[in-house]
This record gives sequence, structure tokens and C-alpha cells, in this order.
Amino acid sequence: MGDEIVGGGVVAGEIGRSVRRPDGPDKVTGAFPYAGDLRVPGMLHARTLRSPYPRARIGRVDAAAARRLPGVAAVVLAADVPGVATYGLIVADQPVFAATEVRYAGEPVAAVAAVDAATARRALAAIEVDYEPLRPATDPERVLAADAQPLHPAGNLFREIDIRHGEPGVDGPVVVEDRYVVGMQDQAFLAPEAALASPAADGGVDLLVATQWLHSDREQLAACLGIPENLVRLTLAGVGGAFGGREDITLQIHGALLARAAGAPVRIAYDRVESFLGHPHRHPARMWFRHTATADGELVSVQAKVVLDGGAYASSSPAVLANALTHAAGPYRVPHARLRGVAVRTNNPPCGAMRGFGVPQVTIGHEAQMDRLADALGLDPVDLRTRNAVRPGDVLPTGQVLGGPLPARELIQLVAARPLPPPPAADVTGLALPGGLPAAAEPSRVRRGVGYALAYKNLLFSEGMDDSSAARVRLDLTDDGTPRVRVHSACAEVGQGFVTIAGQIARTELGVEQVVLAPADTAVGSAGSTSASRQTWMSGGAVRGACAAVADRLFARVARAAGLPAEVVEAPRRTLRIVAGEIVGVEAGLRVRIADALVEGPIEADYTFHHRRTTALDADGQGDPHVAFAGAAHRAVVDVDIDLGLVRVVSMALAQDCGTVLNPLSLRGQVEGGTAQGLGLALMEELVTVDGVVVNPTFHDYLLPTTADVPDLDFVAVTEPQPDAPYGVKGVGEAPTCTATPAIVAAIRAAVGRDLRRVPVRPQDLVDLPTRGDLPTRGDLPTRADVDTAGGGSTGE
Amino acid sequence: MTAVSADGLDAAADGPGGRAGSSGGGEARTDSGESYRLNVDGFLRSVNGARIEDSLLTVLRDVLGVTAVKDACEQGRCGACSVLLDGRLAASCTVLAADADGSRVVTVAGLGGAGLTRAIRAMFLAEGAVQCGFCTPGFVVAVTDLLTRHPDADEGEIREALSGNICRCTGYGRILAAVRAVQAERGIIPAADAHAPGNAQDRPDGG
Repeated sequence: MGDEIVGGGVVAGEIGRSVRRPDGPDKVTGAFPYAGDLRVPGMLHARTLRSPYPRARIGRVDAAAARRLPGVAAVVLAADVPGVATYGLIVADQPVFAATEVRYAGEPVAAVAAVDAATARRALAAIEVDYEPLRPATDPERVLAADAQPLHPAGNLFREIDIRHGEPGVDGPVVVEDRYVVGMQDQAFLAPEAALASPAADGGVDLLVATQWLHSDREQLAACLGIPENLVRLTLAGVGGAFGGREDITLQIHGALLARAAGAPVRIAYDRVESFLGHPHRHPARMWFRHTATADGELVSVQAKVVLDGGAYASSSPAVLANALTHAAGPYRVPHARLRGVAVRTNNPPCGAMRGFGVPQVTIGHEAQMDRLADALGLDPVDLRTRNAVRPGDVLPTGQVLGGPLPARELIQLVAARPLPPPPAADVTGLALPGGLPAAAEPSRVRRGVGYALAYKNLLFSEGMDDSSAARVRLDLTDDGTPRVRVHSACAEVGQGFVTIAGQIARTELGVEQVVLAPADTAVGSAGSTSASRQTWMSGGAVRGACAAVADRLFARVARAAGLPAEVVEAPRRTLRIVAGEIVGVEAGLRVRIADALVEGPIEADYTFHHRRTTALDADGQGDPHVAFAGAAHRAVVDVDIDLGLVRVVSMALAQDCGTVLNPLSLRGQVEGGTAQGLGLALMEELVTVDGVVVNPTFHDYLLPTTADVPDLDFVAVTEPQPDAPYGVKGVGEAPTCTATPAIVAAIRAAVGRDLRRVPVRPQDLVDLPTRGDLPTRGDLPTRADVDTAGGGSTGE
Repeated sequence: MTAVSADGLDAAADGPGGRAGSSGGGEARTDSGESYRLNVDGFLRSVNGARIEDSLLTVLRDVLGVTAVKDACEQGRCGACSVLLDGRLAASCTVLAADADGSRVVTVAGLGGAGLTRAIRAMFLAEGAVQCGFCTPGFVVAVTDLLTRHPDADEGEIREALSGNICRCTGYGRILAAVRAVQAERGIIPAADAHAPGNAQDRPDGG
């Protein structure tokens, strides 16, 4: 795809305009149906039995009493999975139901379908499971020790990567080194998981489901059900947010098994607690960094070791690790680097995809290091970043030459130049103080700090994957003779606004006002996952390509009918264009209404978009792994109550590398939402586990940012087009999530003068509250069980 | 609230029974006759075979099929299930349905298509306050409540009033912009103040 806008007619201005969401009117009235709202007559209600133990052997599962309960239509266990017993996004290592061993607290053991939810709950209680609890392995730094027990037949190592760049052992005279810990964040999409599964007369199953990736779900479903993929039909139901948390299978296979066993439609839906237990989270990370520089502030070397706790099953851990390590030095010119890490299996909850996909964790580390380095050098943190910022043409630690635009220097300088908020007024009250209305700080005990972060984030899938997206576009006439475009894509709309962009593209390419989107389903080719900042580029490219193919056929039809020469018919785009609902050829003196050209029949075309090929990493972590990058820089200003350790984010400024902007309003929504999720990770969001068990799986205890927490965003978009992307777009959703967290943490460090090594930052990290040694902690202290284990395996130095 | 009248309650004693999704949902209910009636969006709706522990949210969604009210946390922490109960903002998951007998329950679906709520909906769309939309019904109710009680709420008052509603997609920027835009449209604040400092949505280069 080139960057020329083809077929642009009178409504070509659709690209770049703040077009409104087509699903918006139904969403503001409450009429829009989400997956959890679906009801059909005669449907059954499903519930899932989950292990209370993080690790246990299963002796016997007896469901006989449950099956006898009146109103119970089906009970399914591991033995009832007819196909492959396990599933997974990359490696199929996760049992549909635990058979002989459970490996995390919350792992499914059985599922039931009954005439109502209360009966289903009673049936769960009637299932007898003999657990023999085992000591859980919860310290990710110990599961690779020589004497550590394997937690799974596939072992405890999901992946190990060692990136070697430049010369080993070359150091600059200025050295900073430290360890950092990141807690487990949850996607916390607002609509819990839900699906409606119906058995089909042909022996297949139909699923209406809220997911990020219909075709991956189908592939895994078909394998576990033991039926061909064409008998598994999925249609996207209304999705209430995703952020990575719907990329993995959760309830899809359970629902399909129950529907087939019961011979009736089954509604399967989670409540909030089950949602927290049911999907993988953002990986907790333990990281060690060592940065060296010359006396005048040029980076010489970066070393990093990263341990990602993948929890009990692989999910996307191998890919998350690659992302974390390939970005671990940040968007800086680094002559020498050694970036090593592992993603490991533990008995903690499984972790996988979440917005940023491994990059937020390492950004917390490398940006803390850049501030320390600036401090050690006596340099301004913005100047140090500016001086070392990567530029196109530079060689990254993987050996990849940075291709497309990446205005890293401009981003950090732009954000630093934004006006600062005024200092706190003496008479400030209430929400304007840390603690807000319930616990407002004493104004004289408030300290202000300013912090910066710069990052880059890869776009699209990496490491040699030939990723693609298919779309089908049909141009026809409505009953009243008006031209209409029908776009069919399996792209999962999860809130990001693909439905808006697809219409903008179709209207731009075909000059037709009326565009309808067919339901996203598996009747059309895969659009891939709604993740990796990829859908505007990939599925946008597919829609654009299909529209262009339709336009070519339309032009050829008109040229042929007008008796134009063969060379025009064969390459009509050279002479024909769409203008104001008409096909116009100036040289040929041709002018035909699109509607008239469609009288002889509709025109339909399929198109599959591929991005440029990348390569896998070799044994030294070298290759050309990423298609492209997007950069972002945040500046955070915080006020800290030095008595209570409460933080108020006063202002956030963001400069982001956005490529061509297709929809300014959608862009703003993405960067504001991404900033808020990064703010949550900095200050409050953490799923806390004690000996592997999540202790806060509710919105009461897992805190999310509210209007009282998130300031208005001062946003600057840098819009340098990405040459190999349709219209020059870049994905925009992930980069600001990576930078918001470290900028806020840096601002808190500046306010209180403490070395904060742990995220989220808690009040007890800021003020010296009395603590008891037996208080539950996670991440930064080994658990009692781990202390009992023989040491070794630590990757810190 | 002006959008809903409690007139005609008796005339609609059966409620809009043909509503999609009214096939019942979740719990076993012996058909033991009417337990109580709820006045939902101006219609009296019979609730049969109810259980005393049912929340208003459960009854609205799973018994009466009012799925416009969203269920996201069941703890009163997210505001997705917000309704007006006798004109007061309430999280319907924290209200026992039986306690709502005799009260007027107004959901997002019953706020009507005119007046303040219409302006709020229009500005939510115009300002980009809707992404996945799952929080939107609760926010529309909460903003209606806020601007009914307090049309000239200032920045801090708006943020405080809406802090019981969680949005995971937008970061709240466009939602707050929509509230300000409603105030500006109604002449409560100058139009120039409707957009926050730094809001450069009309200029991709940020301005």
C-alpha cells in the first residue's frame, strides 16, 4: 500500500475528521447489546468450578450428585473434553479443565449448565473434588533453581532471551545500577466475560462472544472440541473493553462443551470476582538494570536482567518476554548492551497480554535509570534523554536498524516545553489536595514533584510472524437505488473505534455516503487480534485494499461499457476517478453516476493485507523483529502528602508520535485512556497474591482511577506519516500507557527524594509507617515457603 | 426529573412485556404469584416469585429484562448500574429490590429523549465520551442527576460527583468535556471554557 489516497471523491475529507462512532447512539441510550445482555428462550445458565488451591493434586472428581440434581442439564469435566485436552495462544499447555493437578488458585475443574443460575451454583457445590494441596511455587526467581520441582510437564521456563549487542564488558565511567519490581496489573475491562453458545444441527456450535480475536478462539475451540473449524462459528457480541484481557480463551470452550452436552443454548458469564480469576493479567516483573555513560552523558552500555512471572500457564508469555527485552534499553542509542531475561512458570495466576505487552515494565526500569544517571552526571533529565534519543537509521540492541519515523528527541523536548501548572495556591482545598475530600492533606505538608518518561513501543506482531488481516467489501444499491458499501471484517471492535475508522476509509475510497458494517464473524477471513496497536494499520489496510479493488472493478466496468480503449479498461485508475458520487474521466469525457454503474449488479472484492516481513531473534537476540515503533513522552506533576503518603497527580502532558491521524477525537480518547491506565499502575492498581491466592479480586479492593484521580491531559500529537502503513498511520493505544507510569513515579521521587523501586507506589513506600513483619506483601519479599526452599536461581546481582 | 411521569402507572400494569430479553434470567422462581410491583421507567412491572435477597440490579436485568442497566462489579463501586430511585442517584446493585417497592425507578432507558438527558447524550457523542460504552448508561444517569441538582457545578464538583462511576476506556477526559459542553450549550459556562486547557482535538498537531 502506498501513501497515495486512491479513488478519493467528494467525501475524501472523512479521513482526518472527528467522525462520530456509528454505535454511539445505541450506547448512550443503553440499547447496545453486550455479550452479557444476550438472552434466548430456553437457554441454560452455566457456572464454573474453580480450584481454591494454587497447587494441588486432584485425586477424584465426583459429579454424580450434581448430575442428579433436578434442573441440571450438563456437567463437564476434563474427561468430557473430546479433542485436545489443552489450549493456549502460543503453546497449548493449559488444560480446559484440570485433570490430575491444579496449578493456580482459580483454575477451572468443572462446569455445569442448569435451568437457572441458582441451580447451577447448587450443582457446583455438589461436585466433590479430592484435592491434595501441595506447596505452591510463587517466587519467580526460584522456580528455575536446580532443585526446583517442575510445575508442569513442559517445565518451568516459558522462554529465555539473551540479547548481545556491541562489545561485552565495555563500560563508561559513570555507573548506575538498581533493581525494580512491578506488581500485577489487571485489565479490568468493565464488562465481565460473557458468551452465548448454541449447538447446531450440523454437529457444530455457534458462539456469540466478547473476544479480541475470533479466529484464534475458533482454532482453539475446534481443537478442543475435536471437530473441524468450519463447524465452529463465532460472531462478535458487544464487547465492553478488552486491553489484552480477552486475547486468551476463558469461557469459550466451557460454554461450547456445555451447549453440546446439553443440546441447548448456554449462557456463560462471569461476575467480577470470576473475571479477575478467569483471564490472564499483566506480568509482574523483577528487573535489574546497570547503565554506564561517559562523563558528558553519552550512554555507553546498558545491562538488564528481567524476570517475568508468567504464572501457571504460558498464555503469551514468550512474546511478552521478547517485547520486554527488545525494548529494555529504551529509545536510546546504546553502543553496548546485554539484555537477558526469562519468563517463568509459577503457581501464581497466569499472565499474558495487557496494553503495552511487556514494554510498560521495562520502561519503569529504564526511565528510573535515566533519571539516576542524570542525577549522577549533574544533568537535566530532559537533556540526558534528548542527547541519547534514538534516531531513524540507528542500530537497536537487536541489530534492527530503526526504520520509519521515530521523533524521540522532539517528543521529550515538546513535552518539556508545555506550560507547567501554577504552584498550589495557599487556600487550596478538597479535591485539589492529595487525599481529596475524605483525607485532604495539610497544605504545608504537601511536596510537589515533576517527572519525565520517554519510551517507544513496537507496532503489530513481531519476530517473523506473517500476520495478516482480511476484509470483504461489497458495493451495491439499496432498495431505493442509493449506492451502499458493505464492509465485512472479523476485526473485534472492543471500544477502540475500528467501526468508525472502517466507515471513514470506505467513504473516502469509494465516495459513497452510506456504509454498513457486517457483523464481525468467522464467515470472513481472519482479521487477527485487536491488540499490538495493529487494527487501524492491518484491518484498516485490508478495508482500504478491498475498497480499492472494488473501485478498480467499477472503473473497468464503466470503461468497458463506454467503449474506452483496452489500455484504459485494464488500468482504469490512471484516467478515472470518483468525484461527488460519479465516476469521472476528464480526458475521456466520461461521467457516470455510481448508482447507474451498479444497475447491472453489485461489485464485491476481498483483500488480505500483510505488513512487511520481520525476522525471528537468533541465539544472540539479533534480528529484525519489529515492523515499526511509536514513541511517546509524558511529563507528570504530582503533589504528595508527606504525612499520609497519598499522591495527587496535578497534571499530565503527553507528546506522542501518532503517524497520520485518521480521527482526532478517537486519537484523543485512546491517549487519554492509555494515560489513565498508566496512572493506575503507578499509584493504585495491583492484584495482590498471598501464597498464590489473589486476595483482592473485587472493585472494592482493586482500585481503579476515577474522575478524582485523572487530570486533564495536555496533548501534543506529532504526525509524521509511517511510510509503509495505509495513509501513514501508526497505532496509538499502547505507547502512552508505557510512559505515564514511569513519569508519575519519577515525579513522586522528585517530590519526596526517595529511591522508589517498586510499582505501584504505596503510601508505605513514601512515609515510614510502622509495619509488621507478617503483613502480606508481594513481589519485594520472598514468601515463607520460598525461604524454606534452597536458594539459587536469583538473577539479580 | 422531568423526563418520566409516574402518571399512567396502572394503565401499564403489565409493563412492556414484549421487551427483548425479558425471558428471565438467572434464578429459579417458582411461579408463586406476584411478590411486589416495581415502578420502572414509568411502568408498573410485576415481579413474581422473588427472593428477598435479590438486588434491584438483579431484578431489573434478570427478571424484568432491563439490560440497559449494566452489571460490572456488584459492590456499588463502579456506577455502571446507576439508576434514579425517587429522583436520587443509586447503585442498583446495593439496593434490595423489595425495598424499591413503592419507589420510582428510572433507568437510562427511561430518562427519555428530551431536555437535559438529550443534551447529555448528544454531547457524549460529539465529544467522544463513548468508547466501549459499558459505563455510558451509568454515566448518563449520573450526569443527569448532577446537572439536575447542580447545573452550574464547577470542575471540582463535577469530578467529585462523577467519581463513583468508573470508565476504563476514556480516562474521563472526553466525559468531562461532554459535561462542560452541556453546561456551555445551556449558557451556564462560557463556550470558551467548555474545553479543558490543552484540549486540541480539532488540531491534530496539538496547537
